[in-house]
Amino acid sequence: MSEGVLHAGAGHAVHHADYLEEPKGLWSWLTTVDHKRIGLMYMWSVLFFFLVGGIFALLIRLELLTPKQTIMDAETYNRVFTLHGAIMTFLVIIPAIPAALGNFALPLLLGAKDVAFPRLNLASLYVYWTGAAMAVATLALGGVDTGWTFYTPYSTTTGGGVTLMVLAAFVLGFSSIFTGVNFIATIHKLRAPGMGWFEMPLFCWGMYATALIQILATPVLGITLLLIVMERVLGVGIFDPQLGGDPVLFQHFFWFYSHPAVYIMILPAMAVISEVIPTFSKKTIFGYKAIAFSSVAIALLGFLVWAHHMFVAGMSLFAGAIFSFLTFFIAIPSAIKVFNWIATMWRGSISLEAPMLHAISFLLIFTIGGLTGLFLAALSTDVHLHDTYFVVAHFHYVMAGSNLIAMLAGMHYWWPKMYGRLYNKKLAAISAAVIFIGFNLTFLPQFVLGSRGMPRRYFNYLPQFQDLHVASTIGSWVLAAGLFLTAAYLLASFRQPKGMTANPWGGRSLEWETSSPPTTHNFEGQPVLQHGPYDYRPEPAPVGVKELAH
Amino acid sequence: MNWFRDFLLPRGASTHVGEMDGLFMFITLLTVFFFFFNGGLIFYAVRRWRRRSDREVTPHITHDTRLELVWSLIPLAVVMLIFLWGFKGYVKAWVAPNDSMEIIATGKKWVWEFEYPDGTRTLNDLHVPVDRPVKLVLTSEDVIHSFYIPEFRLKRDAIPGRYTELWFSATKPGIYQVYCTEYCGKGHSDMLARIFVDTPEQYETFLREGDEQTRKMPLTELGRLVWENKGCATCHSLDGTRGQGPSWKGIWSQKHRGADGKEHLVDADYIRQSILMPQAVVVQGYEPIMPTYQGLLREREILAVIEFIKELQ
Repeated sequence: MSEGVLHAGAGHAVHHADYLEEPKGLWSWLTTVDHKRIGLMYMWSVLFFFLVGGIFALLIRLELLTPKQTIMDAETYNRVFTLHGAIMTFLVIIPAIPAALGNFALPLLLGAKDVAFPRLNLASLYVYWTGAAMAVATLALGGVDTGWTFYTPYSTTTGGGVTLMVLAAFVLGFSSIFTGVNFIATIHKLRAPGMGWFEMPLFCWGMYATALIQILATPVLGITLLLIVMERVLGVGIFDPQLGGDPVLFQHFFWFYSHPAVYIMILPAMAVISEVIPTFSKKTIFGYKAIAFSSVAIALLGFLVWAHHMFVAGMSLFAGAIFSFLTFFIAIPSAIKVFNWIATMWRGSISLEAPMLHAISFLLIFTIGGLTGLFLAALSTDVHLHDTYFVVAHFHYVMAGSNLIAMLAGMHYWWPKMYGRLYNKKLAAISAAVIFIGFNLTFLPQFVLGSRGMPRRYFNYLPQFQDLHVASTIGSWVLAAGLFLTAAYLLASFRQPKGMTANPWGGRSLEWETSSPPTTHNFEGQPVLQHGPYDYRPEPAPVGVKELAH
Repeated sequence: MNWFRDFLLPRGASTHVGEMDGLFMFITLLTVFFFFFNGGLIFYAVRRWRRRSDREVTPHITHDTRLELVWSLIPLAVVMLIFLWGFKGYVKAWVAPNDSMEIIATGKKWVWEFEYPDGTRTLNDLHVPVDRPVKLVLTSEDVIHSFYIPEFRLKRDAIPGRYTELWFSATKPGIYQVYCTEYCGKGHSDMLARIFVDTPEQYETFLREGDEQTRKMPLTELGRLVWENKGCATCHSLDGTRGQGPSWKGIWSQKHRGADGKEHLVDADYIRQSILMPQAVVVQGYEPIMPTYQGLLREREILAVIEFIKELQ
């Protein structure tokens, strides 16, 4: 224990077993209300579905190695890309950082014993498992061939397990809402004494902004999905013009959730990066308030830009102009964050441990992902690029690349805290590089495919596009190799004895002041904030001094 | 930079190309610049300030308002410029000139059908004259499709129960690929069409004789197409069912009794006359409601109808 924590009852030197060991048994895990255990179960569930979604991704890339049929027919291909998208979006990327890392880390960072509503937290995990089981069960009904976006009237007229898949997404929405409600209450009520809003680690700001979107936008998706079910099952005409409905209305409803959902994916990624970069630069975060407010700004602006997915869908010229204009404002807080992170590294003491390597990967990939968004926000260029591989590449850079790599950064950062063990650092560095190369080799060629006119969701393509498809497919193998290497050395770390110190990276936030792994109640007594989460000065300012912040 | 543009974009062939390509290349260079700028700063920082000892002390710099304003306001100015630039091109591509030729394009799983002002219809092959503004009115018969011509930098969704528009003026004669870019099921990636940008002479030939597809088509097949596409099917059945007009089934070389009570042999001349001057003989029991097809059918199409009726025994 460092000097940062006041021990309530410090006189008793009772040794508590860590949260992994006590209580024991599978049943104790399945009925736990400990946020750390729930976080880990979420993490392994997400990783499992990442493997499933990843296998579908490899199949897609293999099919696209040649024009026409390579390994599967068109109908199978349509089902495979739908499952890839639906699994990766609803089961992996949306819960990845908030539900897995957030659940594990948020209370620790706040100096709390648990989240505000521990049982609701466990309920959210079971709701997630239920939704996941429903999504997988659609395979038995012949799969789903609508794409993860469920555009009407295709989705209300095609066969297969669309209704079940839509209900699965509906159920998964609740797990997302439960987590959001929990995080908001936790951040409001359970911060350690002495921790004002601006003494919170920025990870908490990111989680707060994410939670806002989760509770405000997810209900709209739920309602929309129920309307699809009503149309499919009861024949109520809402979206299908045959029944007097409006198919474009669906797109408005769908993107009203699904665009903010993009920020459910990127804000937590940014939240992780805001922790990793100061720790491994051993330097206070540059522009704390700018980053904190940028997160909230992105969350709020995210609600005003949905129709930029519909510039060619027959919207009015005026609506197109408004949505394009508003979309560009998202670029500003994003740019601010990137420059702040680089400024944090400036004159720091930079240590290239695995989490930092992933953070640097994130900076580069997010720079490309963010800037290529400008092509799609601008009206005239979007008309050319909409629904081509350019869009596929762009959203993989943002949703997959940035989110996934930030998830890896966070897992490598908190792994010693989770398990009290360290992975092989050399292999971690190698695989970080392999993943970076593999990712770019997979998706960089797709920008060019798209700008040359290759449409997305194509089973077959013209021969002129083959070279770039081959490059992309090879990239997917490199990326897979990097990820399997990561899985291997992380699993191998369990063969090491637990022997991690409380603070292996020299971090300044509260989670590093308790043992690795922590006890069930996180801290021995209630920790009190002694210094800011990013205060790397040799002699931290004493408590209560106004300028203490960060 | 032309080689870079030609690497990234297909050759341009409409009046919308210049506007879009200029902005595209501007953002591309911006992206490349900032990638190397950020990457360079990161690389420099890592080289220069790599940790050598755990005792290192770093400066406590919390923020710098002036610097932060600079990196907020400059991007703001740049993105506003991009917005206006993109808006300008979009408006131009939105508002079709008044003298545009109008063609109706209907998407259905998984073909595009085109209907020209003179009633000609073609499947998957669209003929347009070069350097003339053409307005496509898009709609769909089933699910949403999208009409995309990369060389024209244009795309618009075709939505069932609605009409959307796009217009272009093609600048170079040639054949251009059209893709469906809204996922529409099994045949989505094979829902390809072509735009033939014709010289004025080629376009004249097309209007007079039809496109290559119909020119090569056997007469009876073309006759069926005319029956389907030119409105015959509304009144004349092929299976003997009574409609607004007599069925075509089995009438060849039979006699039709006219309203005047006389009998008329159904032969080539009779059919030709019935198409071009339908009121000359009206079959007994039917209203004289058929419009004339004078000027609406090509010679070959009239012959095709005759051949088609001949086959319908």
